[in-house]
Amino acid sequence: MDRIAENYFNGAVIAAALPAVLRGFGITVLVSLSTIVVGISAGLGLALLRCAAIRPLDIAIAIYVDLFRTLPQLVILVFLYFGMPYLGVTLSPFVTVVLGLGAVLAAFSAEIIWSAILALPPGQWDAARALGLRPVPLLFLVVLPQAVRLATPLITNRAIAITKGTALGTAVSLPETLGSAQSAMAIMANPSPLTLAAALYLLFFIPLVALSRVLERRVARAG
Amino acid sequence: MWPGPADPVQDLIDNFADLDSLVRVYPLLLQGFGLTILLSIVTLPIATASGLAVAVAYSTAGTGVRRMLVVAIDILRAFPVLVLLVLIFYGLPFLGLRLNAFAAAVLAIALNNTGYFGEIFRAGIEAVPPGQGEAAAALGLHRMRVLIHVILPQAIRKVTAPLASNALELVKTTSIASLVSLPELLRSARVAQEQTYNPTPLVAASLLFFALLWPFARWVARLERRALATGH
Repeated sequence: MDRIAENYFNGAVIAAALPAVLRGFGITVLVSLSTIVVGISAGLGLALLRCAAIRPLDIAIAIYVDLFRTLPQLVILVFLYFGMPYLGVTLSPFVTVVLGLGAVLAAFSAEIIWSAILALPPGQWDAARALGLRPVPLLFLVVLPQAVRLATPLITNRAIAITKGTALGTAVSLPETLGSAQSAMAIMANPSPLTLAAALYLLFFIPLVALSRVLERRVARAG
Repeated sequence: MWPGPADPVQDLIDNFADLDSLVRVYPLLLQGFGLTILLSIVTLPIATASGLAVAVAYSTAGTGVRRMLVVAIDILRAFPVLVLLVLIFYGLPFLGLRLNAFAAAVLAIALNNTGYFGEIFRAGIEAVPPGQGEAAAALGLHRMRVLIHVILPQAIRKVTAPLASNALELVKTTSIASLVSLPELLRSARVAQEQTYNPTPLVAASLLFFALLWPFARWVARLERRALATGH
């Protein structure tokens, strides 16, 4: 028991690591929020572009969506960080993670929103057109509000899952929670900072996981 | 005839699609590809089975145990899987428990996905109308047989799309094993890149990942679209 307390719940070590790990946690939160904003707005933009039904554009978006839904997130981050400099493009760790994870979230949200648009009964389009609505108001007043309601729980779940990927930032030198805790662990030769990091992750993600459970319930009841 | 390396297109090809580099490092990449597949086929059945076990335990347990299982599932789902891996690989040795990179990766990914699969199966079982189980029990079927022959087939049909999607995510997740120096595909590509001084191995590894996973991703997308249209 003493050994566990000494190694994993060492108060002195945790106190020493606290400032660095908290700074890391701040970065985790910032990267997560930026990823969600970038990813969902880009995904919505892509889904709207598909509504324009321009064939070459549709194909390009479909390829983008498949690529970023299929490749592992870590592969994308490593590629951006260690591959792009050969193109003369050097990205900071922060930009790498927000861009990489944002691109993945954009692909998933684009697909989810587009599927939701397709899932609406065709009568919705017909009725709106019969009322004399022009294409753009029809899209924004009739189709999107319903599609977004259908898509929200799925996008929320995906956003939470991808946000957990911010821990991968440690692979591209982003000093987020996990990376800071690992550095502290190496310096102090004691894994208590990892316990601290784990506790912070739980603090951040347990409410989100609970939220996704509530949303799933709501969908299950509606369906 | 061909323009020299000052030409940007040639420069791009030399860096990102250099055949000489590829010839030099492809055995390394293939070995990594094999390890990625091995890691996936070891982890996926373990995670699916333990997730199913948790869900079945949930469906047969009383209120107190249920509450504990939900908390356990949520904690497993709340941890980023890389945090679990680091805890297991770098944290446990301080207790004298040293796992090799492969075992640590299997354990971390399986634990995390026990939460995911457990939640999916649980939702599926809950979506089967209680009358199904009651009718089967009234016919004199044993509880185990009710579960295996009546409840689970219907439950799994209801959650095929999330199950498939999660299986795909699990295989993608195996790439985090590269961060504990397991020479799977991504790690091999990074090692190869240090030999070739160009990102061609990374491009090749990405293509291999894509070739492996794309058919599966298409299938998942079709299932999800159908689920969205029919409500389950």
